[in-house]
Amino acid sequence: MLGVVLGHSARFVWHKQSSLGAADAVIVPGGFSYGDYLRTGAIARFSPVMQAVRDFAANGGLVLGICNGFQILCEAGLLPGALIRNRSLQFRCEHVFLKTMTADSPFTNRIPPDKLMRIPIAHGEGCYFADEETLAGLEANRQVLWRYVSAQGEALPGANPNGSLANIAGVCNAARNVAGLMPHPERASESLLGSADGRLVFESMIHTWQQKTAAQAA
Amino acid sequence: MTDPAITPELVRKHNLTPEEYQKLQAILGREPSYTELGIFSVMWSEHCSYKNSRPLLKTFPTKSPKILVGAGEENAGILDIGDGIAIAFKIESHNHPSAVEPFQGAATGVGGIVRDIFTMGARPICSVNSLRFGPITAAATATPEEAQAVANNRRLFAGVVAGIAHYGNCFGIPTVAGEVYFDPSYEGNPLVNAFCLGVLRHEQIARGRASGIGNPVFYVGPATGRDGLAGAAFASQDLTEESAERQRGAVQVGDPFMEKLVCEACLELLATGAVEGIQDMGAAGLTCSTCETAARAGTGIEIELAKVPQRAPHMTPYEIMLSESQERMLIIVRKGREDEVKRIFDKWDLPWAEIGQVTDTGRMVVRNQGQIVADIPAKKLADEAPIYQREFREPEYLQAVRAFTLAGLPDTQDAARDFKALLACPTIASKNWVYRQYDHMVRNGTVVCPGSDAAVLRIKEDSLPVLAEGLAASPAGKGGDKFIALAVDCNAAYVYLDPCEGGKIAVAEAARNLACSGAVPLGTTDNLNFGNPHNPEIFWQLREAVRGLAEGCRAFNAPITGGNVSLYNQSPAGPIDPTPTVAMVGLIEDPKHITTQWFKDAGDAILLLGEAIDPKDPLLGLGGSAHLRLAHGLKAGAPPRCDLEAEKDLHLALRALIHSGAVKSAHDCSEGGLAVALAECCFSQRVARDTPRLIGAQVDLAAALSAGSQPRLDALLFGEAQTRILISVSALNAVKVLAQAKILGVPAARIGVVGGKTLEIKTPAGGLHCDVAELHDLWWNVIARAMK
Repeated sequence: MLGVVLGHSARFVWHKQSSLGAADAVIVPGGFSYGDYLRTGAIARFSPVMQAVRDFAANGGLVLGICNGFQILCEAGLLPGALIRNRSLQFRCEHVFLKTMTADSPFTNRIPPDKLMRIPIAHGEGCYFADEETLAGLEANRQVLWRYVSAQGEALPGANPNGSLANIAGVCNAARNVAGLMPHPERASESLLGSADGRLVFESMIHTWQQKTAAQAA
Repeated sequence: MTDPAITPELVRKHNLTPEEYQKLQAILGREPSYTELGIFSVMWSEHCSYKNSRPLLKTFPTKSPKILVGAGEENAGILDIGDGIAIAFKIESHNHPSAVEPFQGAATGVGGIVRDIFTMGARPICSVNSLRFGPITAAATATPEEAQAVANNRRLFAGVVAGIAHYGNCFGIPTVAGEVYFDPSYEGNPLVNAFCLGVLRHEQIARGRASGIGNPVFYVGPATGRDGLAGAAFASQDLTEESAERQRGAVQVGDPFMEKLVCEACLELLATGAVEGIQDMGAAGLTCSTCETAARAGTGIEIELAKVPQRAPHMTPYEIMLSESQERMLIIVRKGREDEVKRIFDKWDLPWAEIGQVTDTGRMVVRNQGQIVADIPAKKLADEAPIYQREFREPEYLQAVRAFTLAGLPDTQDAARDFKALLACPTIASKNWVYRQYDHMVRNGTVVCPGSDAAVLRIKEDSLPVLAEGLAASPAGKGGDKFIALAVDCNAAYVYLDPCEGGKIAVAEAARNLACSGAVPLGTTDNLNFGNPHNPEIFWQLREAVRGLAEGCRAFNAPITGGNVSLYNQSPAGPIDPTPTVAMVGLIEDPKHITTQWFKDAGDAILLLGEAIDPKDPLLGLGGSAHLRLAHGLKAGAPPRCDLEAEKDLHLALRALIHSGAVKSAHDCSEGGLAVALAECCFSQRVARDTPRLIGAQVDLAAALSAGSQPRLDALLFGEAQTRILISVSALNAVKVLAQAKILGVPAARIGVVGGKTLEIKTPAGGLHCDVAELHDLWWNVIARAMK
């Protein structure tokens, strides 16, 4: 998607590799790593490549986890909180509306403040959970990037597909360079497939990187 | 452990008749060993040999210039879709395992059909399913026994859906379409038919052939256990409570992540060119894969069981040969290239073992620790199963079906009430409770999601299997993206009431659904689910239904490319309604032609293509209708007629109108008739969770009726006459489109306008007027409410 739709080069890194090679950003995509057996992301966090991801993040690199990628980043301790079984106890695949809670992140800075993004979810364990203290910290530091909302933009219970606390769909770390979300922006990047809203997430990351390289050049 | 002695009792337990046993002895020229008896029993089961249905299957149309691999040649048929790209697809049943253990039964049904597809060298890109269960809602007056039966139906339904979701979602294949019916005839014997489609370049077609004398035979994938022992034989018997209990061990356990790894590793290995032949170990496991690959190539094959990875200790040769442990493949490798297999399977952390070689003896020789435990001519075992011309006799109940008339049947007294009952009947209601559990978008190719007449998928370059490193991509795939549409259909009540006509309708409806999405049919795969073929009345149903399917497939130029036969679908209460499920695949030339079923804009004109009432049908479309079942408790009367010529003209006309750019929505009329079809146009678009897009319509059928005709209201609203499609066009285009339809030889009438919050249908015999939001709530939520 990044390559064909957005014209940027992207490559897969094999899970057994211990280095990422030269990269401007890392995306930990969705999927069922290790079949999600035991617990989602619980085995993947021990993949050799995850140490390289940790180092990359520690050096300020942009890391985005989508769906299973979000679960892995939480399991790996790169993001706060955890993702538990959907309240319905069933897998859910449907479109949801997402409200972006802050433009102050490398993942949201190109998303217009009043824009509701229409993006699909597809997960069985996407119920975001954190203890009260963590949750208060996330809110205070504006680390909640996206919430599930109704068509009118309100974070109502009916808009929440999985029982996530405070309708949280995605968060970032305190340093704001690592983020994760359960919805799939890459599945909403072409109008042919029903929505191109998800491109805004990737365009924000690309914009951030361009600003950074321009600043370094200057 | 010593093998049991072969006694008549043991032979009978293996489902072999005395005559079959004699034939077996003649082939071997001696008494079989215990292992050999097991091997013959599974290979000569209906599931593997089609011994009862083969003569009928030969009557199917199976040829077209687009067919690259035809029906029965390999594990799945393959069709050309242009620019060097091809599709492989097939449907297969997993009915009995799902009855016994719904979650794993259905999950491994998905796993099995996905393997059939990547075995052909294709990358699986979508799956579809067709499911049938007993009723999931109980009448208020239900006895405790009836309530218990309904609860059991719900358990099976929930388990099957969860199993399909588990396997498909974890494997990473979108489940994009399907159908679910609820009817008492499936109580105790649910149907689970799973379909998979894959894509590949023409030069990537792989074969299940053990060619090349001396080539090594590899076993890849997880170790063999005792699960699924002789599942194929189990599938070929009537289902009773006792057999279900006894056979629980015949149900396999699936590991979808393992399947994903095996699939990727196999596609990567195939790209190297080191593979001579490949076949999955599905039904009858190691037995079927070894003897079939040898039979196809006209060679022999020799394997050593001690080298087969085993999960359980002390497995006997009998058990190893008959195990149906999942996710295993047999690969015949070109001699000298064994290291490539080892390198790739090690990379994916998958077990592999070299277990034997191809020989020139024509025999399948199985050794255990060097000792021969089976030595059978491969071709005779695989291809010379007994073939039966079963007796057939028209079922007696058809006398009553034909005698049925509308005389004495009161017209609807409350059209709105009957209408709501139809929308709230689980068979007609939205299946969102089902498909929201399936990841229907993974792989980024689903253009039209579940909820319209047909699913539409995009095939792009990265949908195709990998090429070998350093190998330049052939021109294939450079023709731009391709779009395919898929639909699966079968109204089994029609088939029960008239197997031939019902068979034709199943095909016609699938083709109509494809036409509504803008597609031209390419090919068909069928799953014949019937009762016990030893009953001449059941065999008559099968014969007639096959005749109908064949006629239909010929008419739409959509040959059968493969399929599956599942007989013995009956519980102690009796046989299921005959259910020849039809899955059809079509091609959409231009993405601009992709059409969905829901109304788009207020002010658009609603046109009916086809007749409001079939003048040649004395039952006016009510025979076999859902309305007759719901309002009158009758599964009766001759079903609607299907005039294949008229149907073909209608589809051609619709596609021509779609190509002209005028059609904003198209939806076929099926169960529940015109009224239900109109309602679905009003409320089936989904924007997002909790956000349906509702739009009303004001309809007057007077324009579609010949002057002076005054049919019954129930027939006008709920009659299920075939060959009808509702379209919407902008008001400006309406006159032009009507004129075009006339030129194209299709009856057409402007029957209404889109807009407002209510659905109003007027007819000369009365009508109905309902709030769209209320109708939507019934239709959208009824299954979820039943399953709470």
